[in-house]
Amino acid sequence: MELLWLIPVLPYLGAFLLILVGSMISRKQVPLIGAGSIGLSALVMAVVGIDFLSSGQPYFQQTLWRWMNVGGLDVGITLSLDALSLVFIFVITFVGFLIHIYSSEFMRDDEGYPRFFIFMNLFVGSMLMLVLAGNLVVMYLGWEGVGLCSYLLIGFWYREEKNGYAARKAFIITRVGDTALAIGLFMLFQNLGTLDFREISTRAPEVFTLGSETVVIIAFLLLGGAVGKSAQLPLQTWLPDAMAGPSPVSALIHAATMVTAGVYIIARTHVIFELAPSAQLAVATVGALTLLLAGCSAMMQYDLKRILAYSTISQIGYMFLALGVGAWSAAIFHFMIHAFFKALLFLAAGTVIALLHHEHDIFRMGGLRRSMPAVYWTFLIGAASLAAIPLVTAGFYSKDQILWLALAGEKGNGWLFTAALMGAFVTAIYTFRMVFVAFWGEEKTHPTHHAGTAMILPLVVLAVLSTFAGFIELPHTLGHVQLFTDFLKPVLPEVSLNQSLVHEEWIVQIGAALFTFGGIYIAYLFYIQQPHLLPPVKTYFSGLRKYWLAGWGFDAVYNALLVRPFVGIATINKNDVADRLSDGMVAITNYFHRLFSWTQSGIMRWYMMGIVIGTIMVVTISMLINA
Amino acid sequence: MKPIPVEAGLILAGILFMLGLISVLIRRNIIFMLISVEIMLNAAGLAFITAGARWVQADGQVMFIFILTMAAAEVSVGLALILQIYHQLKTLDSDAANKMRG
Repeated sequence: MELLWLIPVLPYLGAFLLILVGSMISRKQVPLIGAGSIGLSALVMAVVGIDFLSSGQPYFQQTLWRWMNVGGLDVGITLSLDALSLVFIFVITFVGFLIHIYSSEFMRDDEGYPRFFIFMNLFVGSMLMLVLAGNLVVMYLGWEGVGLCSYLLIGFWYREEKNGYAARKAFIITRVGDTALAIGLFMLFQNLGTLDFREISTRAPEVFTLGSETVVIIAFLLLGGAVGKSAQLPLQTWLPDAMAGPSPVSALIHAATMVTAGVYIIARTHVIFELAPSAQLAVATVGALTLLLAGCSAMMQYDLKRILAYSTISQIGYMFLALGVGAWSAAIFHFMIHAFFKALLFLAAGTVIALLHHEHDIFRMGGLRRSMPAVYWTFLIGAASLAAIPLVTAGFYSKDQILWLALAGEKGNGWLFTAALMGAFVTAIYTFRMVFVAFWGEEKTHPTHHAGTAMILPLVVLAVLSTFAGFIELPHTLGHVQLFTDFLKPVLPEVSLNQSLVHEEWIVQIGAALFTFGGIYIAYLFYIQQPHLLPPVKTYFSGLRKYWLAGWGFDAVYNALLVRPFVGIATINKNDVADRLSDGMVAITNYFHRLFSWTQSGIMRWYMMGIVIGTIMVVTISMLINA
Repeated sequence: MKPIPVEAGLILAGILFMLGLISVLIRRNIIFMLISVEIMLNAAGLAFITAGARWVQADGQVMFIFILTMAAAEVSVGLALILQIYHQLKTLDSDAANKMRG
């Protein structure tokens, strides 16, 4: 377990090595360092994880060195391992490693090959830092590192202006949340005198009373940070644009890192949220609204990656919903399963896009199940898991748990459940719309080459995980296995159920299954069986469609309310009014500089004349004074 | 022999000093400038001698010996510089050595 520090350090080391020698070594050696460092990190993770599990301790803490000690704030570079962070580092290193293997082939012909791996390694390293941090300051370090790397990676193909725009957008919008988070940290420190997670969870219940104003404000600020990073309402607009980056980046951002940071921080500070019921209700509401809005938007998109982006927003919405009803372990479980199938979907989508020469539009694909069967089957498994097809997919078990707890959990209610159920319905529609349009039907574009092993292998591994990983947590009605919840029990409290509903679980499950199949049938009906039914519906809902396609017009509102006024003010102040003062000082100095440099003519007689005149003046003055 | 009045010596020294100073200022030939500096030094020396004679003190003559030695050293350095300037610029015009301008 003493090797814990190696887990975040190895990716950093890989990035550092690549910075030093990346341009000197051959292209074959770059992924050896880039992916190899993550692989080693995953290996160390496995060793540490097994060690941790067999030791049976609830947590393990390792302080590397003291960072600062100022005015009672004693911050150490502390890494802490418990069940929650173990789940996260497992997903990050393992899925991250698969994505790196995939990228070693996907990015092979890119001129920025070493640069890509440098950013990816930094990204993974920062995310590991985030989830392993023992206190909020170190976590914030990782948090910002993740933000920076997302900026670098989204704008990876920086020669196109819109990519740079998307990168800036992601950075600035998440920054809004980061600011809220930072203020939350300050308030926590002010009230509790510590930023250490373990001390926070013991001290918070002593200091704060249930629902007191301070703790609610703190919880809302933390939620603000989480909302920014996890692309939830109202800061979700950056994520669809973040598709400007290469596909492996999208997979990494959406599955293993970045967007799950918000889920992590809420789960990590669950003590605070439990003390602030109104904030927790806000978490659930944000989740429920987001999953519906994003799901509706996903139904209208025609860019394969944008559909997946909106589906990520929607799925993270499910996790927030689960966090909001106190179903902590259900949220983390869905996070893990989501990481598997979403990474799978993104990598498969990336393969499709790469083989079709950067074709993103699903309506120009069609019939791909014959020309790329391996991609089709893995994508189908991922899609089935996303749509939560009952019994056979992992997504069913995780999502079903959230649905059930949204209704039956003590903090759940009918509204949240209805939203989640509608979300499941919408999810099934957009997922299978994507499958039917892109992979079924007649062939419109034929791929010119085939994907290599390095790209197919991660897909297969992830497909296996997206199917079987769900079996570690089965609902009461189906065998009642609770390995995952039991595993997280030392960190996250169990959800308490509303006793009157306990025996109705099977109704919820059957209902959810019906909605899922209904959604799939609707997609099948409109896109395969009776395509002629679609145009009338489209024209009937044309106004709504426009809104949904543009993600409910959030971008337009933000543009009108924030971006344009800001640009306007910036234009007015183009000449920097505040700079006049310093500019004036510069001008005066410059004037004197010119004056004096003119006297330095280089002609010796001038200098002597100066000396003589000066002497005469000094003598005259002294005589006048003495007289 | 009637002693020379101290004013006469000082006036002579003053005239010599002014001559030296003015020619330093207006001459461009660097050798002439060096000579003018010598004249100024000697004017100062004369003033010391005159003052020493007036108060019957040996100090004035001591100072003159100092000035003499210093003048010798100054001439040797100055001539070396002049040689270098001539070598570099192929001229004795001091205004040509204005590379340090501004």
